[in-house]
Amino acid sequence: MAELVGLAEGIRELVRDGDTVALEGFTHLIPVAAGQEIIRAGRRDLTLVRMTPDIVYDQLIGAGCARKLVFSWGGNPGVGSLHRLRDAVEHDWPAPLEVEEHSHAGMANRYVAGAAGLPFAVLRGYAGTDLVHHTTTLAPIDCPFTGERLTAVAALRPDLTVIHAQRADRAGNVQLWGITGVQKEAVFAAARSLVTVEEVVEVLDPRPGAVVLPAWVVTAVAEVPGGARPSYAQGYYDRDNSAYQQWDAISRDRERFGQWLAQTRDAPAGSRS
Amino acid sequence: MSWTSDEMMTVAAARALAGRTSCFVGIGAPSTAANLARRLHAPGLALIYESGTIGARPRTLPLSIGDGELAETADAVVSVPEVFNYWLQAGRIDVGFLAAAQLDRYANINTTVIGPDYRRPAVRLPGAGGAPEIAASCREVFILVRHGRRTFVEKVDFITSVGYGDGPGARERLGLRGRGPVLVVTDLGVLEPDPVSCELTLTRVHPEVTVADVQAATGWKLAVAEPVAVTEPPTGEELDLLRALKKGTLP
Repeated sequence: MAELVGLAEGIRELVRDGDTVALEGFTHLIPVAAGQEIIRAGRRDLTLVRMTPDIVYDQLIGAGCARKLVFSWGGNPGVGSLHRLRDAVEHDWPAPLEVEEHSHAGMANRYVAGAAGLPFAVLRGYAGTDLVHHTTTLAPIDCPFTGERLTAVAALRPDLTVIHAQRADRAGNVQLWGITGVQKEAVFAAARSLVTVEEVVEVLDPRPGAVVLPAWVVTAVAEVPGGARPSYAQGYYDRDNSAYQQWDAISRDRERFGQWLAQTRDAPAGSRS
Repeated sequence: MSWTSDEMMTVAAARALAGRTSCFVGIGAPSTAANLARRLHAPGLALIYESGTIGARPRTLPLSIGDGELAETADAVVSVPEVFNYWLQAGRIDVGFLAAAQLDRYANINTTVIGPDYRRPAVRLPGAGGAPEIAASCREVFILVRHGRRTFVEKVDFITSVGYGDGPGARERLGLRGRGPVLVVTDLGVLEPDPVSCELTLTRVHPEVTVADVQAATGWKLAVAEPVAVTEPPTGEELDLLRALKKGTLP
């Protein structure tokens, strides 16, 4: 059953050095506060997994928390590059970063396989691309019924998945709605899960189209109002597009990033910068 | 009314969406063009964003593919695995819009790395995103990209998304089900694949652009249609709508 925890405590308990950690969110409901808490906890050698690593992954990489990145699109949406990611790949700063690269369809199916307890998923994809020469977690496979040549992608099985949701109740049942991306699959694929929520409520009244994660498939829930800022939480607050634009200037320069990092490390648990 | 070459590019791409049912949209210029088309001549065009929003009708242009505006105005919001598996892979989408950091004569696209060494790139680009499967599985693909010799290269450093591979028959050999790129719209003109050689061929130049201008901005000896058509200039209505969309002042 999900345990209600504080964010600092939850992160320190559930994230271990060397873990494979997925902080998922597709533009909406990105667990930014949780990511920054991982920086404050000083975790190292993480394999970070995410379809769309955005500024919170840029922060984790710049802070030296990551050894490897598993992803399909790494940019600042609508703005440009992730400069800390680029600096790590292009110049090994602050540390070398190994990359394992897929397409979105491949990553989505890898989570589906992980969630379903299967070793791999099958899709039509990657044929003719150079990804097949560099990514070892994909391979051609022939359909046993038709002989058609398809592509197998290895299941993703994070040690920990972290997502942000709108609400949970005191028992730890979680509810999220709007664009829910691949979060359900990412939680089911992981050995442990932490869900940060906008609010803990007495009763989770049903909402059309919402994803519900019953308490017994979630490891821990932490109440972190605003925990997805500067991304958004539908029904609570809008995306702060200017923060994404401002991150471009902060992240472009190692020194300015260093100032941001020092402020973030000194800030109290659960805060965001 | 005067206009910029970027406005001409967006308008030309929007016009090409006439008569289409559904369009898989990337953020930036493709999203602008698709939203312009929906407000002009393609009001029924279903916009599909990879965040899982099907039939989005954003009132303002989104900054990201997952803005709340898309979810709130969509016919349906589905999971990311569903949008790729049930909608894209199953061949339900007419047109996919793609951008490129590099593009070769067979419309193969690179959005992964610049430089010969994948592990130590000169420039690390964002990567594949949804593009490889959009390029493979949409019925047709439009590419929207500014012309320049750094982009239009003899050989892409990395094939992220397949156009016509190494030429005729390549898509069939690879088992790709969509037709592939049928249109490349740039700020200088329009290129289309030759039906026999699959090589991108300049079929149209935008007003006041010469064939020599386009050749000078292309890193290989460009095939040119005979005769080359000239794009109709943007109308006042197209420009007014486009500018209002970009400013966010449309009702």
